[in-house]
Amino acid sequence: MAKITLNINKKDYQLEADPQMPLLWAIRDLAGLKGTKYGCGVAQCGACVVHLDGEAVRSCVTKVSRATGKKVVTIEGLSETNSHPVQKAWQEVDVPQCGYCHSGQIMSAAVLLREKPNPTDQDIDDAMAGNICRCGTYLRIREAIHKAAEMQKKAPVKG
Amino acid sequence: MKQDLNKGPGYFLTRKAAMLLSLMIFIISVAASTFRKNPPTKEIRLNLAERDSIESVKAFETVYKTLMSPRCMNCHPAGDVPLQGDDSHLHAMGPKRGVDGKGVFAMKCANCHQDTNTPGLHTPPGNPEWHLPPAAMRMVFQGKSPHELARQLVDKKQNGNKDMKKLIEHADDGLVLAGWNPGEGRTLPPVSHAEFKKAWITWIQKVLMRRKNSFNLNLP
Repeated sequence: MAKITLNINKKDYQLEADPQMPLLWAIRDLAGLKGTKYGCGVAQCGACVVHLDGEAVRSCVTKVSRATGKKVVTIEGLSETNSHPVQKAWQEVDVPQCGYCHSGQIMSAAVLLREKPNPTDQDIDDAMAGNICRCGTYLRIREAIHKAAEMQKKAPVKG
Repeated sequence: MKQDLNKGPGYFLTRKAAMLLSLMIFIISVAASTFRKNPPTKEIRLNLAERDSIESVKAFETVYKTLMSPRCMNCHPAGDVPLQGDDSHLHAMGPKRGVDGKGVFAMKCANCHQDTNTPGLHTPPGNPEWHLPPAAMRMVFQGKSPHELARQLVDKKQNGNKDMKKLIEHADDGLVLAGWNPGEGRTLPPVSHAEFKKAWITWIQKVLMRRKNSFNLNLP
């Protein structure tokens, strides 16, 4: 065990953790942020996606040691008022069914829209293929990402 | 029985002379070959270029079977999706190469592949530099014949402008070495890294030196 400082959602958390601990454990069990979900535990499903210095990493296989000194953003920190275009579009399209995978879906979609503000269907498939939804909401996910792209044009995301 | 009326005394004389002549020729031939100073040898002597060529081909056999093993070929696919597993199936989730070989958007290699192997059976293997060859230098192994792969590896236009020194150094590249540390549930390449490196250097040196000599001699 070691004393580790993690910056999550712009806040420093002083944690006592094994540096080899999965980041997901630290986020959920030590920092108490439960929005990020545990799915498969082996980077196969995407439910645990968070941003690490802006990249959509899978927190179930990312060690705490990799996250120290970097900025971690979870679904709770994507926007202060749930106003990120992807979050708004998700609500408008009413994307989730059971909802379990959607914090990961939204975090991945946010990276896509940052790097490709006007994604094609193929871009969306390429970016989102690693996020599995057992309810099969893929068509609504695609629709919501297009909608978020439109929203983003009108009100660009800050930062 | 019909008799040959043309056979007279002259016929027998001619036949005798012919037999005698044949016998003499045989005896002379045997005697001549017995006392010959430089009898013909069955030894095949190869010149330097031919010997080098044989060693080079033999070395490349080791190189080829290593590079075509899943641990090497899986990151050198014919398409833009990496391969996975000992059966080299398309990577689950279909991650794409991207311009720099490090993936696209939310599907970048390092999002799952950590600096080190993730513990557990068939979990993502790791390396700080995990990536495919970039789009501008795809360095495809999958589906290549030995001849095609050999030509590609030493072609500066296809190998990232690597000369002999850089090619030799590449044998110790971190990601090449990662092939021999593949994580749980994956077979190793068919030879050790030391054996591969030895064969790699032998082949590179011989093939490029031969090319250089051919160039200097203005040979085709």
